[in-house]
Amino acid sequence: MQQFPCPFCGLRDEREFHFSGEAGNIRPDTTQPVSDADWRDYLYTHENPKGVSREIWVHTTCQEYFMMERDTVTMAVIGTQQMRRDTA
Amino acid sequence: MTRHFSAFGVFREGLRGHKGWAPMWRSPAPKLKYDVVIVGGGGHGLATAYYLAKNHGMSRIAVVEKGWLGGGNTGRNTTVIRSNYFYPESTALYDLSVRLYEGLSRDINYNVMFSQRGMMVLSHSESEMEIAARTVNAMKLNGADAELLDARDVQKKAPILNYRDDARYPIHGAIWQGRGGTGRHDAVAWGYARAADRLGVDIIQNCEVTGFLIEGGTCKGVETTQGVIRAGRVGVATAGHSSVLAQMGGYKLPLHSYALQAFVTEAIKPVMDTVAFSPMTGSYFSQSDKGGLVIGGGLDRIPSYAQRGNTPEQENVLSGIIDMAPALAKVKLLRHWAGIVDVSPDSSPLIGPSGTDGIFVNCGWGTGGFKAIPAGGYLFAHLLANGAHHEISRPFDLNRFGTGALIDEAAGSGIAH
Ligand SMILES: Cc1cc2nc3c(=O)[nH]c(=O)nc-3n(C[C@H](O)[C@H](O)[C@H](O)COP(=O)(O)OP(=O)(O)OC[C@H]3O[C@@H](n4cnc5c(N)ncnc54)[C@H](O)[C@@H]3O)c2cc1C
Ligand SMILES: [Zn+2]
Repeated sequence: MQQFPCPFCGLRDEREFHFSGEAGNIRPDTTQPVSDADWRDYLYTHENPKGVSREIWVHTTCQEYFMMERDTVTMAVIGTQQMRRDTA
Repeated sequence: MTRHFSAFGVFREGLRGHKGWAPMWRSPAPKLKYDVVIVGGGGHGLATAYYLAKNHGMSRIAVVEKGWLGGGNTGRNTTVIRSNYFYPESTALYDLSVRLYEGLSRDINYNVMFSQRGMMVLSHSESEMEIAARTVNAMKLNGADAELLDARDVQKKAPILNYRDDARYPIHGAIWQGRGGTGRHDAVAWGYARAADRLGVDIIQNCEVTGFLIEGGTCKGVETTQGVIRAGRVGVATAGHSSVLAQMGGYKLPLHSYALQAFVTEAIKPVMDTVAFSPMTGSYFSQSDKGGLVIGGGLDRIPSYAQRGNTPEQENVLSGIIDMAPALAKVKLLRHWAGIVDVSPDSSPLIGPSGTDGIFVNCGWGTGGFKAIPAGGYLFAHLLANGAHHEISRPFDLNRFGTGALIDEAAGSGIAH
């Protein structure tokens, strides 16, 4: 069993966490027309990197979303970062 | 030398001390240029090479594999073959594959041990039975064989399952596909390799593709650990590593890579002569000819390129099996492993031009592409030979993520492998 560090709760069982997506995938600006290709890239396209990956995760028990950097080959966690602007 | 495999050949070699068997394929050094280079020596890559040579009369073909043939998911899967999908596009694809499997051993002169022992998807409630009836009807309308079993039929076919009144997931019935079953995964890779080699295909192992040769925006070949190989067209069939190749080739794919685990137990007496899958627990099993139970289940939850499994999913899969067949609780595991599978948003494969001129992809088979090896190879060969889709592969083009015409099998047929 792997443990992940929640920036708020500390090390917890991996089953408490949910992978929410790759970091940096920004929703298209819908105040402007959005092309099919832009929607496709936002909704479906992934980097899916082998090696270092920056991702958004949620700790389901405290419901906080946070950034986690990890290695997808060794599964080592490189670091986590909270996403709240007020505390950043 | 014994080149054509037959019962007589086995007998004769038995008398001669098995000294006459030749290597099943050559190990040539790569040539400078081919008409088609296929990246990935799994089932899909090898089948593609075979059908390019056989159906399209091409001979200057190479398959480039970074490790050994079938060392990816083709040699790691639980070998279930079936076409019990929901949408017409899927049935056209997967049933073509089942039909090709039915004739494959003869076609390639290699016993792939396709055993049509049937496959059942269990229903655990009345409402699931209604959905099962809908699936059976859809399969029949789309031209696949299907039957709705009630609990008594299921018990006749698989007495080892849990029929107690206090079962956590009582069995109400099942979707049955009698033409489904299992095959021998290594044999599929080796058989296609041997048949392709005999038609002149160069199979180059221990040769990793490290980049694409792009000239004027068009791919003209691959860079490998054994040098540059030029190609008219490049076909990429690298399963869980498809995104790595995409990054090298400058195109983008809608994939995430996950570990998928499998388990084999010690050999026991025959207790199961079909394949049973419970969508409720996500687990499924069959029994191999050697007696081991072959067990599979859902994906690990974390995107991964680590070719090993994780304990939470092991617990899920194995507790699911014990739920399905409590009598098996004390059977010991013998081996356990994982493969890296390429999961697409709609659980359907990606076949088509990659987005970079000259590169074509065949990937996104995720947890279920062993059953599709003959069709995947057949259709990808058509695409690589003509530069245009076969009717059956067209709906699986990458453009569906722009048009929105997804083929959402995860929701449609409650799929596992
Ligand atoms: C545990 C498990 C159980 C499964 N159960 C089933 C099942 O019961 N039924 C079913 O239908 N499917 C099942 N599957 C899925 C099935 O195994 C795959 O979809 C199928 O084998 C994919 O075949 P492929 O040829 O595309 O990929 P692979 O067999 O993975 O071949 C890809 C090849 O590409 C090579 N490669 C990668 N990168 C490079 C590079 N840079 N240069 C050169 N070569 C490269 C790899 O070494 C590999 O050999 C299962 C998978 C797993 C892991
Ligand atoms: Zn937390």
